[in-house]
Amino acid sequence: MDICKLLWTYAVSGRDGIEPQAYSVLFNIRLPRIILATLCGAGLAVSGAAFQPLFSNVLATPDTLGVAQGACFGAALALLFYDGLLWVQLIALVFGLVAIFMTYTISKVKGQSSTLMIILAGIAVSSMFTSFVSLVKYVADPESQLPTITYWLLGSMSEITYQSLMIGGPLIVVGTVLIYLLRWRLNVLSLSEDEARSLGVNLKRLRILIIFAASMITASCASMCGRIEWVGLLVPHTVRILFGSNNEKVIPASISLGAVFMLIMDTVARAATTAEIPLSILTAVIGAPVFIVLLRKSGGKWL
Amino acid sequence: MTFEVRNGSFGYKTKEPILHDVSFTVKEGEVLAVLGPNGVGKTTLLRNMMGLLKWQSGGSYLDDVCLADLPVNEVWKRLAYVPQAKASLFSYSAEEMVLLGRSAHVGNFSKPSEKDRAIAEAAIGTVGIEYLKGKMVNRLSGGELQMVLIARALSTRPQMLVLDEPESNLDFKNQLIVLDTIRRLADEKGIGCIFNTHYPGHALKISDKALILRRDGECVFGGVHEVITKERMEAAFGVKVCIQDVQEQENRFKSVVALAVI
Repeated sequence: MDICKLLWTYAVSGRDGIEPQAYSVLFNIRLPRIILATLCGAGLAVSGAAFQPLFSNVLATPDTLGVAQGACFGAALALLFYDGLLWVQLIALVFGLVAIFMTYTISKVKGQSSTLMIILAGIAVSSMFTSFVSLVKYVADPESQLPTITYWLLGSMSEITYQSLMIGGPLIVVGTVLIYLLRWRLNVLSLSEDEARSLGVNLKRLRILIIFAASMITASCASMCGRIEWVGLLVPHTVRILFGSNNEKVIPASISLGAVFMLIMDTVARAATTAEIPLSILTAVIGAPVFIVLLRKSGGKWL
Repeated sequence: MTFEVRNGSFGYKTKEPILHDVSFTVKEGEVLAVLGPNGVGKTTLLRNMMGLLKWQSGGSYLDDVCLADLPVNEVWKRLAYVPQAKASLFSYSAEEMVLLGRSAHVGNFSKPSEKDRAIAEAAIGTVGIEYLKGKMVNRLSGGELQMVLIARALSTRPQMLVLDEPESNLDFKNQLIVLDTIRRLADEKGIGCIFNTHYPGHALKISDKALILRRDGECVFGGVHEVITKERMEAAFGVKVCIQDVQEQENRFKSVVALAVI
Protein backbone atom coordinates (compact mmCIF):
# COMPACT_ATOMS: atom_id res chain seq x y z
CA MET A 1 0.00 0.00 0.00
CA ASP A 2 2.71 2.39 1.03
CA ILE A 3 4.59 1.71 -2.15
CA CYS A 4 1.53 2.36 -4.28
CA LYS A 5 0.94 5.62 -2.46
CA LEU A 6 4.58 6.60 -2.96
CA LEU A 7 4.50 5.74 -6.64
CA TRP A 8 1.27 7.68 -7.08
CA THR A 9 2.70 10.77 -5.41
CA TYR A 10 5.81 10.39 -7.55
CA ALA A 11 3.77 10.15 -10.70
CA VAL A 12 1.58 13.12 -9.82
CA SER A 13 3.95 15.60 -8.29
CA GLY A 14 7.39 14.33 -9.32
CA ARG A 15 10.39 13.84 -7.13
CA ASP A 16 9.75 16.74 -4.82
CA GLY A 17 6.49 15.28 -3.57
CA ILE A 18 8.05 12.38 -1.62
CA GLU A 19 10.60 12.05 1.13
CA PRO A 20 14.16 11.73 -0.16
CA GLN A 21 14.71 8.64 1.96
CA ALA A 22 11.71 6.85 0.53
CA TYR A 23 12.76 7.88 -2.96
CA SER A 24 16.22 6.51 -2.42
CA VAL A 25 14.97 3.17 -1.10
CA LEU A 26 12.48 2.74 -3.88
CA PHE A 27 14.47 3.88 -6.89
CA ASN A 28 18.11 3.33 -5.97
CA ILE A 29 17.91 0.15 -3.93
CA ARG A 30 14.72 -1.74 -4.75
CA LEU A 31 14.23 -0.96 -8.42
CA PRO A 32 17.67 -2.01 -9.73
CA ARG A 33 17.35 -5.14 -7.67
CA ILE A 34 13.98 -5.96 -9.18
CA ILE A 35 15.38 -5.37 -12.66
CA LEU A 36 18.38 -7.58 -11.89
CA ALA A 37 16.24 -10.42 -10.51
CA THR A 38 13.97 -10.35 -13.54
CA LEU A 39 16.88 -10.26 -16.01
CA CYS A 40 18.89 -13.00 -14.30
CA GLY A 41 15.87 -15.26 -13.83
CA ALA A 42 14.85 -14.91 -17.46
CA GLY A 43 18.44 -15.22 -18.68
CA LEU A 44 19.44 -18.28 -16.66
CA ALA A 45 16.19 -20.06 -17.48
CA VAL A 46 16.50 -19.38 -21.19
CA SER A 47 20.13 -20.49 -21.35
CA GLY A 48 19.16 -23.79 -19.75
CA ALA A 49 16.23 -24.07 -22.15
CA ALA A 50 18.61 -23.48 -25.08
CA PHE A 51 21.42 -25.78 -23.89
CA GLN A 52 19.12 -28.77 -23.49
CA PRO A 53 18.01 -29.11 -27.13
CA LEU A 54 21.39 -27.89 -28.39
CA PHE A 55 23.26 -30.74 -26.70
CA SER A 56 20.30 -33.12 -27.08
CA ASN A 57 20.59 -33.59 -23.35
CA VAL A 58 17.95 -33.03 -20.73
CA LEU A 59 20.58 -32.40 -18.05
CA ALA A 60 22.52 -29.72 -19.92
CA THR A 61 22.49 -26.43 -18.02
CA PRO A 62 25.08 -23.70 -17.47
CA ASP A 63 25.93 -25.57 -14.23
CA THR A 64 26.30 -29.10 -15.58
CA LEU A 65 28.33 -27.98 -18.59
CA GLY A 66 30.81 -26.03 -16.46
CA VAL A 67 30.00 -22.56 -17.88
CA ALA A 68 28.80 -21.28 -14.51
CA GLN A 69 31.87 -22.61 -12.69
CA GLY A 70 34.19 -21.22 -15.34
CA ALA A 71 32.51 -17.83 -15.14
CA CYS A 72 32.71 -17.93 -11.35
CA PHE A 73 36.40 -18.67 -11.45
CA GLY A 74 36.92 -15.81 -13.88
CA ALA A 75 34.92 -13.45 -11.69
CA ALA A 76 36.69 -14.53 -8.49
CA LEU A 77 40.04 -14.08 -10.17
CA ALA A 78 39.03 -10.62 -11.30
CA LEU A 79 37.78 -9.70 -7.83
CA LEU A 80 41.23 -10.61 -6.58
CA PHE A 81 43.09 -8.25 -8.90
CA TYR A 82 40.72 -5.58 -10.13
CA ASP A 83 38.04 -3.42 -8.70
CA GLY A 84 35.80 -2.46 -11.59
CA LEU A 85 32.81 -4.56 -12.56
CA LEU A 86 33.71 -4.36 -16.22
CA TRP A 87 36.78 -6.51 -15.64
CA VAL A 88 34.85 -8.95 -13.50
CA GLN A 89 32.32 -9.31 -16.27
CA LEU A 90 34.77 -9.64 -19.13
CA ILE A 91 36.98 -12.18 -17.40
CA ALA A 92 33.92 -14.12 -16.25
CA LEU A 93 32.72 -14.29 -19.85
CA VAL A 94 36.11 -15.42 -21.15
CA PHE A 95 36.39 -18.24 -18.64
CA GLY A 96 32.75 -19.22 -19.15
CA LEU A 97 33.48 -19.69 -22.85
CA VAL A 98 36.75 -21.50 -22.12
CA ALA A 99 34.84 -23.92 -19.88
CA ILE A 100 32.11 -24.71 -22.41
CA PHE A 101 34.68 -25.10 -25.15
CA MET A 102 36.61 -27.59 -23.01
CA THR A 103 33.47 -29.57 -22.18
CA TYR A 104 32.46 -29.69 -25.81
CA THR A 105 35.91 -30.72 -27.07
CA ILE A 106 36.42 -33.40 -24.44
CA SER A 107 33.01 -34.95 -25.11
CA LYS A 108 33.53 -35.28 -28.85
CA VAL A 109 34.27 -38.79 -30.04
CA LYS A 110 34.41 -39.46 -33.78
CA GLY A 111 32.86 -36.06 -34.39
CA GLN A 112 29.77 -36.82 -32.29
CA SER A 113 29.04 -36.16 -28.64
CA SER A 114 27.00 -38.62 -26.64
CA THR A 115 24.78 -37.60 -23.76
CA LEU A 116 26.90 -39.46 -21.28
CA MET A 117 30.17 -37.99 -22.53
CA ILE A 118 28.83 -34.44 -22.34
CA ILE A 119 27.74 -34.86 -18.74
CA LEU A 120 30.99 -36.58 -17.71
CA ALA A 121 33.07 -33.92 -19.43
CA GLY A 122 30.91 -31.24 -17.82
CA ILE A 123 31.42 -32.74 -14.37
CA ALA A 124 35.18 -32.89 -14.88
CA VAL A 125 35.42 -29.32 -16.15
CA SER A 126 33.11 -28.01 -13.40
CA SER A 127 35.09 -29.64 -10.63
CA MET A 128 38.31 -28.35 -12.11
CA PHE A 129 37.05 -24.78 -12.07
CA THR A 130 35.47 -25.23 -8.64
CA SER A 131 38.86 -26.17 -7.27
CA PHE A 132 40.42 -23.21 -9.06
CA VAL A 133 37.89 -21.02 -7.23
CA SER A 134 39.00 -22.62 -3.95
CA LEU A 135 42.57 -21.82 -4.89
CA VAL A 136 41.64 -18.18 -5.46
CA LYS A 137 39.90 -18.12 -2.07
CA TYR A 138 42.97 -19.68 -0.47
CA VAL A 139 45.29 -16.95 -1.73
CA ALA A 140 42.79 -14.12 -1.18
CA ASP A 141 43.32 -11.63 1.64
CA PRO A 142 41.21 -13.08 4.50
CA GLU A 143 40.43 -9.62 5.89
CA SER A 144 38.96 -7.96 2.84
CA GLN A 145 38.87 -10.10 -0.30
CA LEU A 146 37.86 -13.47 1.08
CA PRO A 147 34.53 -12.38 2.60
CA THR A 148 33.62 -10.53 -0.59
CA ILE A 149 34.36 -13.52 -2.77
CA THR A 150 32.67 -16.04 -0.47
CA TYR A 151 29.54 -13.99 0.00
CA TRP A 152 29.38 -13.19 -3.67
CA LEU A 153 29.73 -16.88 -4.59
CA LEU A 154 26.65 -17.73 -2.55
CA GLY A 155 24.65 -15.43 -4.76
CA SER A 156 23.22 -12.11 -3.71
CA MET A 157 21.50 -9.23 -5.42
CA SER A 158 21.87 -6.73 -2.60
CA GLU A 159 25.00 -5.04 -3.91
CA ILE A 160 23.57 -4.09 -7.26
CA THR A 161 23.80 -0.52 -8.55
CA TYR A 162 22.56 1.05 -11.77
CA GLN A 163 26.13 1.41 -12.87
CA SER A 164 26.86 -2.33 -12.81
CA LEU A 165 23.42 -3.07 -14.21
CA MET A 166 24.23 -0.88 -17.19
CA ILE A 167 27.18 -3.13 -18.05
CA GLY A 168 25.71 -6.57 -17.39
CA GLY A 169 22.05 -5.93 -18.21
CA PRO A 170 22.41 -5.31 -21.95
CA LEU A 171 24.51 -8.48 -22.37
CA ILE A 172 21.74 -10.55 -20.80
CA VAL A 173 19.09 -8.83 -22.91
CA VAL A 174 21.06 -9.35 -26.14
CA GLY A 175 21.70 -13.04 -25.36
CA THR A 176 18.07 -13.64 -24.46
CA VAL A 177 16.74 -11.90 -27.57
CA LEU A 178 19.15 -13.90 -29.73
CA ILE A 179 17.95 -17.21 -28.28
CA TYR A 180 14.34 -16.07 -28.51
CA LEU A 181 14.75 -15.37 -32.22
CA LEU A 182 16.34 -18.78 -32.79
CA ARG A 183 13.59 -20.62 -30.93
CA TRP A 184 12.19 -22.54 -33.90
CA ARG A 185 15.70 -23.58 -34.96
CA LEU A 186 16.28 -25.18 -31.56
CA ASN A 187 13.76 -27.87 -32.53
CA VAL A 188 15.95 -28.98 -35.44
CA LEU A 189 19.09 -28.80 -33.31
CA SER A 190 17.63 -31.25 -30.80
CA LEU A 191 17.63 -34.00 -33.44
CA SER A 192 20.68 -36.16 -34.10
CA GLU A 193 23.56 -34.49 -35.91
CA ASP A 194 22.98 -36.21 -39.28
CA GLU A 195 19.28 -35.46 -39.14
CA ALA A 196 19.82 -31.78 -38.37
CA ARG A 197 22.41 -31.43 -41.12
CA SER A 198 20.23 -33.25 -43.63
CA LEU A 199 17.46 -30.74 -42.97
CA GLY A 200 19.74 -28.09 -44.44
CA VAL A 201 20.79 -26.41 -41.19
CA ASN A 202 24.24 -24.88 -40.71
CA LEU A 203 24.89 -26.76 -37.50
CA LYS A 204 28.29 -25.34 -36.66
CA ARG A 205 27.36 -21.68 -36.97
CA LEU A 206 24.13 -22.11 -35.01
CA ARG A 207 25.84 -24.03 -32.23
CA ILE A 208 28.50 -21.38 -31.82
CA LEU A 209 25.88 -18.62 -31.84
CA ILE A 210 23.72 -20.25 -29.18
CA ILE A 211 26.63 -21.31 -26.99
CA PHE A 212 27.98 -17.77 -27.13
CA ALA A 213 24.60 -16.22 -26.31
CA ALA A 214 23.92 -18.56 -23.40
CA SER A 215 27.45 -18.26 -22.03
CA MET A 216 27.26 -14.48 -22.24
CA ILE A 217 24.06 -14.55 -20.20
CA THR A 218 25.49 -16.93 -17.61
CA ALA A 219 28.73 -15.00 -17.24
CA SER A 220 26.91 -11.66 -16.87
CA CYS A 221 24.61 -13.11 -14.22
CA ALA A 222 27.55 -14.65 -12.39
CA SER A 223 29.46 -11.37 -12.44
CA MET A 224 26.53 -9.37 -11.04
CA CYS A 225 25.01 -11.68 -8.49
CA GLY A 226 27.29 -14.67 -8.05
CA ARG A 227 26.26 -18.25 -8.45
CA ILE A 228 22.61 -19.06 -8.71
CA GLU A 229 21.97 -22.71 -9.38
CA TRP A 230 18.97 -24.71 -10.41
CA VAL A 231 17.08 -22.12 -12.41
CA GLY A 232 18.41 -23.44 -15.72
CA LEU A 233 17.16 -26.95 -14.97
CA LEU A 234 14.06 -26.27 -12.93
CA VAL A 235 12.34 -23.65 -15.08
CA PRO A 236 12.70 -25.21 -18.59
CA HIS A 237 11.55 -28.62 -17.37
CA THR A 238 8.60 -27.16 -15.51
CA VAL A 239 7.68 -25.38 -18.72
CA ARG A 240 7.99 -28.63 -20.72
CA ILE A 241 5.74 -30.43 -18.26
CA LEU A 242 3.17 -27.68 -18.75
CA PHE A 243 3.43 -26.90 -22.48
CA GLY A 244 5.30 -29.77 -24.21
CA SER A 245 8.76 -29.78 -25.82
CA ASN A 246 8.21 -27.47 -28.79
CA ASN A 247 10.80 -24.73 -28.30
CA GLU A 248 8.57 -22.20 -29.98
CA LYS A 249 6.64 -22.30 -26.70
CA VAL A 250 9.38 -23.44 -24.31
CA ILE A 251 11.65 -20.43 -24.90
CA PRO A 252 9.14 -17.59 -24.30
CA ALA A 253 7.55 -19.47 -21.40
CA SER A 254 10.97 -20.08 -19.80
CA ILE A 255 11.79 -16.38 -20.06
CA SER A 256 8.63 -15.31 -18.26
CA LEU A 257 8.56 -18.11 -15.69
CA GLY A 258 12.28 -17.65 -14.96
CA ALA A 259 11.80 -13.93 -14.37
CA VAL A 260 8.84 -14.45 -12.05
CA PHE A 261 10.55 -17.29 -10.18
CA MET A 262 13.69 -15.27 -9.54
CA LEU A 263 11.75 -12.21 -8.49
CA ILE A 264 9.89 -14.26 -5.89
CA MET A 265 13.11 -15.93 -4.72
CA ASP A 266 14.87 -12.60 -4.29
CA THR A 267 11.91 -11.10 -2.44
CA VAL A 268 11.93 -14.05 -0.06
CA ALA A 269 15.72 -13.77 0.30
CA ARG A 270 15.34 -10.11 1.24
CA ALA A 271 12.24 -10.21 3.37
CA ALA A 272 11.98 -13.63 5.03
CA THR A 273 14.48 -12.94 7.81
CA THR A 274 16.19 -9.83 9.08
CA ALA A 275 19.44 -10.96 7.48
CA GLU A 276 19.65 -11.75 3.78
CA ILE A 277 19.47 -15.43 2.82
CA PRO A 278 21.93 -16.28 0.02
CA LEU A 279 20.05 -16.86 -3.23
CA SER A 280 21.67 -20.13 -4.26
CA ILE A 281 20.46 -21.65 -1.01
CA LEU A 282 16.90 -20.45 -1.56
CA THR A 283 16.58 -21.52 -5.18
CA ALA A 284 17.53 -25.06 -4.22
CA VAL A 285 15.56 -25.19 -0.95
CA ILE A 286 12.35 -23.97 -2.56
CA GLY A 287 12.96 -25.01 -6.16
CA ALA A 288 14.00 -28.62 -5.61
CA PRO A 289 10.88 -29.78 -3.71
CA VAL A 290 8.59 -28.09 -6.25
CA PHE A 291 10.47 -29.86 -9.02
CA ILE A 292 10.32 -33.20 -7.20
CA VAL A 293 6.54 -32.90 -6.88
CA LEU A 294 6.23 -32.11 -10.59
CA LEU A 295 8.52 -35.03 -11.47
CA ARG A 296 6.52 -37.51 -9.42
CA LYS A 297 3.19 -36.25 -10.72
CA SER A 298 4.18 -36.40 -14.37
CA GLY A 299 6.25 -39.59 -14.04
CA GLY A 300 8.80 -38.18 -16.49
CA LYS A 301 6.24 -38.41 -19.27
CA TRP A 302 6.69 -34.94 -20.68
CA LEU A 303 9.86 -35.66 -22.66
CA MET B 1 17.19 -35.35 -61.55
CA THR B 2 19.95 -37.85 -62.10
CA PHE B 3 22.00 -38.80 -59.09
CA GLU B 4 25.37 -40.34 -59.69
CA VAL B 5 28.29 -41.59 -57.65
CA ARG B 6 31.54 -41.82 -59.61
CA ASN B 7 34.42 -43.94 -58.31
CA GLY B 8 33.72 -43.12 -54.67
CA SER B 9 36.23 -44.41 -52.11
CA PHE B 10 36.22 -43.88 -48.38
CA GLY B 11 37.86 -45.11 -45.18
CA TYR B 12 38.09 -43.74 -41.66
CA LYS B 13 41.54 -42.48 -40.70
CA THR B 14 44.27 -45.04 -40.00
CA LYS B 15 42.04 -47.93 -41.06
CA GLU B 16 41.55 -49.99 -44.18
CA PRO B 17 39.33 -48.31 -46.76
CA ILE B 18 35.69 -49.34 -46.34
CA LEU B 19 34.26 -48.30 -49.69
CA HIS B 20 36.34 -48.90 -52.77
CA ASP B 21 35.58 -47.47 -56.19
CA VAL B 22 31.79 -47.38 -55.87
CA SER B 23 29.89 -46.13 -58.93
CA PHE B 24 26.19 -46.05 -59.68
CA THR B 25 23.45 -43.91 -61.23
CA VAL B 26 19.85 -43.36 -60.18
CA LYS B 27 17.48 -41.55 -62.52
CA GLU B 28 14.15 -39.86 -61.92
CA GLY B 29 11.52 -42.26 -60.64
CA GLU B 30 13.96 -45.12 -60.12
CA VAL B 31 14.42 -47.11 -56.93
CA LEU B 32 17.84 -48.42 -55.94
CA ALA B 33 18.30 -50.99 -53.18
CA VAL B 34 21.66 -51.23 -51.39
CA LEU B 35 22.42 -54.66 -49.96
CA GLY B 36 25.35 -56.04 -48.03
CA PRO B 37 26.38 -57.88 -44.86
CA ASN B 38 26.39 -56.16 -41.46
CA GLY B 39 29.21 -53.71 -40.98
CA VAL B 40 30.20 -53.61 -44.63
CA GLY B 41 29.51 -49.88 -44.85
CA LYS B 42 25.97 -49.46 -46.16
CA THR B 43 25.20 -46.53 -43.88
CA THR B 44 28.69 -45.13 -44.52
CA LEU B 45 27.89 -45.22 -48.24
CA LEU B 46 24.67 -43.31 -47.70
CA ARG B 47 26.39 -40.71 -45.51
CA ASN B 48 29.18 -40.25 -48.06
CA MET B 49 26.96 -39.90 -51.07
CA MET B 50 24.86 -37.23 -49.34
CA GLY B 51 27.91 -35.28 -48.26
CA LEU B 52 27.51 -36.00 -44.53
CA LEU B 53 30.95 -37.61 -44.85
CA LYS B 54 33.55 -36.56 -47.38
CA TRP B 55 34.57 -38.98 -50.14
CA GLN B 56 38.34 -39.52 -50.10
CA SER B 57 38.30 -39.82 -53.85
CA GLY B 58 35.58 -39.70 -56.45
CA GLY B 59 32.33 -37.90 -55.74
CA SER B 60 28.58 -37.59 -55.94
CA TYR B 61 26.94 -35.71 -58.79
CA LEU B 62 23.52 -34.11 -59.04
CA ASP B 63 22.71 -33.63 -62.72
CA ASP B 64 26.42 -33.72 -63.50
CA VAL B 65 27.26 -31.06 -60.91
CA CYS B 66 29.58 -32.25 -58.14
CA LEU B 67 27.69 -32.25 -54.83
CA ALA B 68 30.74 -30.90 -52.99
CA ASP B 69 30.63 -27.75 -55.16
CA LEU B 70 27.00 -26.96 -54.35
CA PRO B 71 26.00 -24.87 -51.31
CA VAL B 72 24.85 -27.18 -48.49
CA ASN B 73 21.48 -25.51 -48.31
CA GLU B 74 20.93 -26.08 -52.06
CA VAL B 75 21.81 -29.78 -51.79
CA TRP B 76 19.24 -30.36 -49.07
CA LYS B 77 16.47 -28.75 -51.05
CA ARG B 78 16.87 -31.48 -53.68
CA LEU B 79 17.98 -34.39 -51.54
CA ALA B 80 16.17 -35.67 -48.45
CA TYR B 81 17.32 -38.18 -45.87
CA VAL B 82 15.12 -40.51 -43.85
CA PRO B 83 17.18 -41.80 -40.92
CA GLN B 84 16.48 -45.03 -39.08
CA ALA B 85 13.45 -44.52 -36.89
CA LYS B 86 14.74 -43.87 -33.40
CA ALA B 87 12.85 -42.11 -30.65
CA SER B 88 14.17 -38.60 -30.16
CA LEU B 89 14.95 -37.11 -26.78
CA PHE B 90 12.42 -34.30 -26.86
CA SER B 91 9.00 -35.21 -28.07
CA TYR B 92 7.25 -33.09 -30.64
CA SER B 93 3.87 -33.73 -32.19
CA ALA B 94 3.94 -35.50 -35.57
CA GLU B 95 2.79 -32.28 -37.21
CA GLU B 96 5.64 -30.25 -35.68
CA MET B 97 8.10 -32.99 -36.65
CA VAL B 98 7.02 -32.95 -40.30
CA LEU B 99 7.22 -29.15 -40.32
CA LEU B 100 10.91 -29.40 -39.36
CA GLY B 101 11.43 -30.68 -42.90
CA ARG B 102 10.99 -27.07 -44.03
CA SER B 103 14.11 -25.98 -42.14
CA ALA B 104 16.23 -25.42 -45.26
CA HIS B 105 13.57 -23.03 -46.54
CA VAL B 106 13.08 -21.04 -43.33
CA GLY B 107 15.65 -18.46 -42.22
CA ASN B 108 17.51 -18.92 -38.94
CA PHE B 109 15.68 -16.13 -37.18
CA SER B 110 12.21 -16.74 -38.57
CA LYS B 111 9.39 -19.18 -38.16
CA PRO B 112 7.69 -21.34 -40.83
CA SER B 113 5.16 -19.42 -42.91
CA GLU B 114 1.64 -20.42 -43.89
CA LYS B 115 3.06 -21.73 -47.15
CA ASP B 116 5.52 -23.96 -45.26
CA ARG B 117 2.66 -25.27 -43.15
CA ALA B 118 0.62 -26.00 -46.27
CA ILE B 119 3.52 -27.94 -47.83
CA ALA B 120 4.03 -29.95 -44.63
CA GLU B 121 0.30 -30.63 -44.59
CA ALA B 122 0.48 -31.86 -48.19
CA ALA B 123 3.40 -34.17 -47.30
CA ILE B 124 1.34 -35.63 -44.47
CA GLY B 125 -1.46 -36.20 -46.96
CA THR B 126 0.83 -37.86 -49.50
CA VAL B 127 2.02 -40.40 -46.95
CA GLY B 128 -1.49 -40.79 -45.57
CA ILE B 129 -0.89 -40.17 -41.90
CA GLU B 130 -3.42 -37.41 -41.18
CA TYR B 131 -4.64 -39.40 -38.18
CA LEU B 132 -1.22 -39.09 -36.49
CA LYS B 133 -0.93 -35.29 -36.64
CA GLY B 134 -1.61 -34.42 -33.03
CA LYS B 135 0.21 -37.43 -31.54
CA MET B 136 3.58 -37.12 -29.82
CA VAL B 137 6.31 -38.83 -31.86
CA ASN B 138 7.70 -40.66 -28.82
CA ARG B 139 4.36 -42.40 -28.36
CA LEU B 140 4.24 -43.71 -31.94
CA SER B 141 4.98 -47.27 -32.99
CA GLY B 142 8.07 -47.92 -35.12
CA GLY B 143 6.00 -48.10 -38.31
CA GLU B 144 4.14 -44.86 -37.55
CA LEU B 145 7.37 -43.04 -36.71
CA GLN B 146 8.93 -44.21 -39.98
CA MET B 147 6.00 -42.78 -41.91
CA VAL B 148 6.31 -39.46 -40.03
CA LEU B 149 10.01 -39.31 -40.94
CA ILE B 150 9.20 -40.02 -44.60
CA ALA B 151 6.62 -37.22 -44.52
CA ARG B 152 9.23 -34.92 -42.97
CA ALA B 153 11.66 -35.73 -45.77
CA LEU B 154 8.92 -35.13 -48.37
CA SER B 155 8.11 -31.71 -46.96
CA THR B 156 11.49 -30.53 -48.27
CA ARG B 157 10.02 -31.24 -51.75
CA PRO B 158 12.99 -33.41 -52.73
CA GLN B 159 13.82 -34.87 -56.10
CA MET B 160 15.70 -37.69 -54.44
CA LEU B 161 14.98 -39.63 -51.26
CA VAL B 162 17.60 -41.57 -49.30
CA LEU B 163 16.30 -44.01 -46.69
CA ASP B 164 18.42 -45.88 -44.14
CA GLU B 165 16.91 -49.32 -43.48
CA PRO B 166 13.37 -47.96 -43.63
CA GLU B 167 11.66 -51.31 -43.06
CA SER B 168 13.93 -52.99 -40.53
CA ASN B 169 12.36 -53.43 -37.08
CA LEU B 170 8.89 -53.30 -38.58
CA ASP B 171 6.21 -55.97 -38.63
CA PHE B 172 4.92 -57.56 -41.89
CA LYS B 173 2.17 -55.06 -42.47
CA ASN B 174 4.25 -51.98 -41.72
CA GLN B 175 7.04 -53.29 -43.96
CA LEU B 176 4.58 -53.48 -46.83
CA ILE B 177 3.19 -50.03 -46.09
CA VAL B 178 6.68 -48.49 -46.14
CA LEU B 179 7.77 -50.38 -49.28
CA ASP B 180 4.58 -49.51 -51.15
CA THR B 181 5.00 -45.87 -50.19
CA ILE B 182 8.53 -45.80 -51.61
CA ARG B 183 7.39 -47.36 -54.89
CA ARG B 184 4.40 -45.02 -55.09
CA LEU B 185 6.58 -41.93 -54.56
CA ALA B 186 8.87 -43.04 -57.37
CA ASP B 187 6.00 -43.79 -59.76
CA GLU B 188 3.66 -40.90 -58.99
CA LYS B 189 6.05 -38.10 -58.05
CA GLY B 190 9.07 -39.18 -60.05
CA ILE B 191 11.23 -39.10 -56.94
CA GLY B 192 14.38 -41.20 -57.15
CA CYS B 193 14.78 -43.39 -54.06
CA ILE B 194 17.83 -45.10 -52.60
CA PHE B 195 17.35 -47.42 -49.65
CA ASN B 196 19.43 -49.78 -47.55
CA THR B 197 17.93 -53.10 -46.76
CA HIS B 198 18.64 -56.49 -45.26
CA TYR B 199 15.88 -58.14 -47.28
CA PRO B 200 16.76 -59.12 -50.87
CA GLY B 201 13.08 -60.00 -51.34
CA HIS B 202 12.15 -56.38 -50.69
CA ALA B 203 14.74 -55.20 -53.21
CA LEU B 204 13.28 -57.53 -55.84
CA LYS B 205 9.77 -56.41 -54.97
CA ILE B 206 10.10 -52.66 -55.40
CA SER B 207 13.43 -51.64 -56.89
CA ASP B 208 14.65 -51.15 -60.42
CA LYS B 209 18.33 -51.37 -59.60
CA ALA B 210 20.45 -52.93 -56.90
CA LEU B 211 23.91 -52.47 -55.45
CA ILE B 212 25.63 -55.18 -53.42
CA LEU B 213 28.55 -54.19 -51.23
CA ARG B 214 30.93 -57.04 -50.46
CA ARG B 215 33.32 -57.48 -47.60
CA ASP B 216 36.33 -57.57 -49.92
CA GLY B 217 35.51 -54.00 -50.98
CA GLU B 218 34.10 -55.00 -54.37
CA CYS B 219 30.63 -53.89 -55.31
CA VAL B 220 28.15 -54.96 -57.95
CA PHE B 221 25.68 -52.54 -59.50
CA GLY B 222 23.02 -53.09 -62.14
CA GLY B 223 19.39 -53.97 -62.79
CA VAL B 224 17.89 -55.63 -59.75
CA HIS B 225 17.30 -58.98 -61.46
CA GLU B 226 20.83 -59.12 -62.85
CA VAL B 227 22.41 -58.25 -59.50
CA ILE B 228 20.39 -60.30 -57.06
CA THR B 229 21.23 -63.77 -58.26
CA LYS B 230 21.98 -66.99 -56.41
CA GLU B 231 25.72 -66.81 -57.15
CA ARG B 232 26.18 -63.16 -56.23
CA MET B 233 24.17 -63.42 -53.01
CA GLU B 234 26.11 -66.51 -51.96
CA ALA B 235 29.43 -64.81 -52.62
CA ALA B 236 28.47 -61.57 -50.83
CA PHE B 237 26.79 -63.01 -47.74
CA GLY B 238 28.52 -66.37 -47.34
CA VAL B 239 25.30 -68.34 -47.16
CA LYS B 240 23.58 -70.88 -49.40
CA VAL B 241 20.72 -69.06 -51.10
CA CYS B 242 17.60 -70.26 -52.84
CA ILE B 243 15.68 -67.86 -55.10
CA GLN B 244 12.23 -68.97 -56.20
CA ASP B 245 9.47 -67.59 -58.36
CA VAL B 246 6.22 -67.80 -56.46
CA GLN B 247 2.75 -67.45 -57.92
CA GLU B 248 -0.05 -66.93 -55.41
CA GLN B 249 -3.31 -65.94 -57.08
CA GLU B 250 -2.57 -62.67 -58.93
CA ASN B 251 0.62 -61.99 -57.02
CA ARG B 252 3.86 -63.02 -58.64
CA PHE B 253 6.94 -62.45 -56.60
CA LYS B 254 10.41 -63.78 -55.99
CA SER B 255 11.32 -65.16 -52.63
CA VAL B 256 14.91 -65.25 -51.46
CA VAL B 257 15.69 -67.67 -48.67
CA ALA B 258 18.99 -68.23 -46.88
CA LEU B 259 19.42 -71.97 -46.41
CA ALA B 260 22.70 -72.54 -44.59
CA VAL B 261 25.97 -70.86 -43.69
CA ILE B 262 28.71 -71.78 -46.13
